[in-house]
Amino acid sequence: MVVESHAVEMRGVTKRFPGVLANDAVDFDLRQGEVHALLGENGAGKSTLVNILTGLYRPDSGAILVRGTPVSFHSPRDAIRHGIGMVHQHFMLVPTQTATENILLGLSEPRFWMALSRYNQVIADLGEQFGLTVDPGVKIWQLSVGEQQRVEILKMLYRGAQVLILDEPTAVLAPQEVEELFKTVRSMAQGGKSVVFISHKLHEVLSIADRITVLRKGKVTASGLNTAGTSKAELARLMVGREVLFHLEKKQRTPGDVVLSVEGVQALNDKGLPALRGVSLTVRSGEIVGLVGVAGNGQAELAEVITGLRRLTSGSIRLHGEVVVQERETRRDDFLVRRIIDSGVAHIPEDRTHVGTAPNLSVTDNLIMKAYRQPPVSHGWSINASVARSRAESLRSEYDIMTPSVETPVRHLSGGNLQRVILAREISARPRLMVAMQPARGLDVGAIEGVRRLLLEQREEGAAILLVSEELEELMELSDRMYVLYAGEVMGEVRQADAATIGLMMTGTRLADLSVSVGTKP
Amino acid sequence: MTVVEAPAERRWRWPIEIRLEPRLSQPAWLGFGVSLGAVALALVLGGVVLKLVGGDPVRAYLYMIRASFGNLGVISDTITKATPLILVGLACALAFRMRLWNIGAEGQFFAGAFGASAVVLTPLLAPETPSIWMIPAMILAGFVAGALWGFLPGFLKARYNVNEIISTLMMNYIAVAWNNFFIFAVWTEGGFQMSRVFPKTAWLPRLADYAKEIREFRGLTAHLGLVIGLLAAVIVWWVLFRSKWGYEIRLIGDNPKAARYAGVNIVRNTVLVMMLSGGLAGLAGMSEISGVVHRLQGAISPGYGFTGIIIAWLAKLNPLAVIPVSVLFGALILAGREIQPSGVPKMIQGIVLVCLIASELMIRNRIRFIFRPVRS
Ligand SMILES: Nc1ncnc2c1ncn2[C@@H]1O[C@H](COP(=O)(O)OP(=O)(O)O)[C@@H](O)[C@H]1O
Ligand SMILES: [Mg+2]
Repeated sequence: MVVESHAVEMRGVTKRFPGVLANDAVDFDLRQGEVHALLGENGAGKSTLVNILTGLYRPDSGAILVRGTPVSFHSPRDAIRHGIGMVHQHFMLVPTQTATENILLGLSEPRFWMALSRYNQVIADLGEQFGLTVDPGVKIWQLSVGEQQRVEILKMLYRGAQVLILDEPTAVLAPQEVEELFKTVRSMAQGGKSVVFISHKLHEVLSIADRITVLRKGKVTASGLNTAGTSKAELARLMVGREVLFHLEKKQRTPGDVVLSVEGVQALNDKGLPALRGVSLTVRSGEIVGLVGVAGNGQAELAEVITGLRRLTSGSIRLHGEVVVQERETRRDDFLVRRIIDSGVAHIPEDRTHVGTAPNLSVTDNLIMKAYRQPPVSHGWSINASVARSRAESLRSEYDIMTPSVETPVRHLSGGNLQRVILAREISARPRLMVAMQPARGLDVGAIEGVRRLLLEQREEGAAILLVSEELEELMELSDRMYVLYAGEVMGEVRQADAATIGLMMTGTRLADLSVSVGTKP
Repeated sequence: MTVVEAPAERRWRWPIEIRLEPRLSQPAWLGFGVSLGAVALALVLGGVVLKLVGGDPVRAYLYMIRASFGNLGVISDTITKATPLILVGLACALAFRMRLWNIGAEGQFFAGAFGASAVVLTPLLAPETPSIWMIPAMILAGFVAGALWGFLPGFLKARYNVNEIISTLMMNYIAVAWNNFFIFAVWTEGGFQMSRVFPKTAWLPRLADYAKEIREFRGLTAHLGLVIGLLAAVIVWWVLFRSKWGYEIRLIGDNPKAARYAGVNIVRNTVLVMMLSGGLAGLAGMSEISGVVHRLQGAISPGYGFTGIIIAWLAKLNPLAVIPVSVLFGALILAGREIQPSGVPKMIQGIVLVCLIASELMIRNRIRFIFRPVRS
């Protein structure tokens, strides 16, 4: 057997940040022409490892070999010179320039005269080769996120990258775009390039990678596993360090009284176009009701209407039979929101950073966001700082929020911990209705299990839960009933249905019409 | 981190690379320490400039220090200068906390001065009214007039989303013109552009007033306005960090969407914060009129309202930090008056400012030196 040298080899790489050992003697090797996945929960040290590989960070110890020769990179420029290019999770493109201009930016060719049309052609050809369709002459701001990502990949390919590192590339993509990215990744691997694919999503890793290296808390727990010889359960265990339950036990429970009833609600979206066209639904205490639909079919607007954040143009919202929001509302928004909060409605917003939390305020301040108006947190005009603090401390341990202290601004928290802050705040208010928008999105398997468990506990305790998610599997798993929303209308209510039926409803077929056609089948 | 790659090979590179890495936690002493370091660096840089133009930096600095802290008399003058700065600094810090860009502290200062004067000159209270009534009435009037000056931009912002930067700026000109009208036409003293001197009962007590009891106080100008400023700083601190209202202000300032989601009344808070901010600047005007000038006239502010903006930023919007920063600025103003023609304090002021603003980078990031092996 010929000993072939690896495209990249990292040996015993250690990197310490203040208070954390981000990489602990990590070994990693990448063969030429393979797709090698780096799997691990948030904070496992994946980004740190590849940042070291591309010269953005310096390792405290350890060695890097490229095609058998030891190297020492001081900047990404050194790395790309050795054919190693990285696409970061946050793109580094100039929005007002074209794709071509961005790709050429910082290069010494062309020198002075930019014969852009010629370069456009070169870049279009390069894209063609790997299935990266993007119009090189279009300005970045006009491109979708998926297209921008392609520009980033092209940038690296144009600079001669033989090794491509994609750091959580799918986090920003829609499902169809993920499929296209996978095609590109496969064609790059076929073209002899090596790809490091970073993710915390098991199914993605299983479908794209040839081999898998798993990191947990900075340590390698499995090195270069062959994808064929492993399973979702095994990977989850390696990643989280314990058995992960993908199917939680759901206790039988008879739903109680109607808590929320939405009656003929119409509302406009931010652009002033109809987003909800007469939606009616109910949620009872002790049940989880799923709202199925492709994003942008009115789910977000419905959640906002229910929580008082968006006006409705017709219809009404009742809580426990009492009208809380109605047509031609004359009361101010903030009054409605407060009233709805006070009547026991919790809201896990879709956008954690922009709606759910205040980034520069402390964990404590974020945890009292809904409770600061009432005693014991408030005391007359003042806020009782010691009560707020002890409340934060107990929520921090109860919900396992990883933070240096409760005084830390939440912008330093990872996505999963931020979601825990929100969940802790909303659940600790003992809500009677919970509107949960994509509560598990972007979390890793361990955290997803935790969120689902919390939702089921709430159900057990008799809360009514309206759950919005784009993961059909998740909805089918957790919900007692589901409504399918399409273009602002309810296509029908389903209890148990197969994915195909729901798929048809999600694209605009009413359940009533479906049952007719199903019914006429022999 | 923006990363630009160029594949072109370069022969020679710096053996040391300096890199900034974001800090994940910022210990409490850090901001203070770094700011102190920045001021020290600024003084060194200023000294270098002085030296280059042939001056003697050590002598200049000693002179400046003597001019502002050299003896009880000038310390008291420094404090007198710092007094209005504390109040306008607080006014700006409070509004900026909610990301309301009130740059109208100057106008609110004039409005406050006018309000306080009106009590004496209209007269709302007879000149022989004892101080114990007169002073509180003037404080109230100054605060209310400033608050009204803040109310208008606040209301326009809250109700019609009128940009407060523009409206507060414009209101500055109106306030000055309004004052001018009164000192030229209504309250003019024998044709001069100033009102008559206030009766003694409308003067804020000064240290000098107690010279009979304590001899050292003779000639000291520091007045009760300082106490108002210090009290105000403590109150604003308490409001921001210990009250429900302050929590709302900080929440709106940091993320208005989250505030809306939590059911906070943004409209009302916008108006109230602009009013309190205006009121604080109005108090500065009152304190200056009643504590120093003792009459209403044109030149009562060398741009205090605008200095307040800088002070608020340098104090990192912390009400308590506004106090030392104001004293520093008071000292610089005083030293400036002493050696005015040289323009040195202005230069120092500028360098201190630049250094402090640049030091922000050090607070958010840590510096790493990376030594590269020298290659042939
Ligand atoms: N620049 C940094 N300074 C301090 N700590 C950091 C820095 N970057 C990452 N960390 C810490 O290192 C650990 C690993 O982070 P990271 O490599 O980003 O994880 P992953 O990409 O797997 O989510 C985390 O605990 C993170 O907080
Ligand atoms: Mg990462």
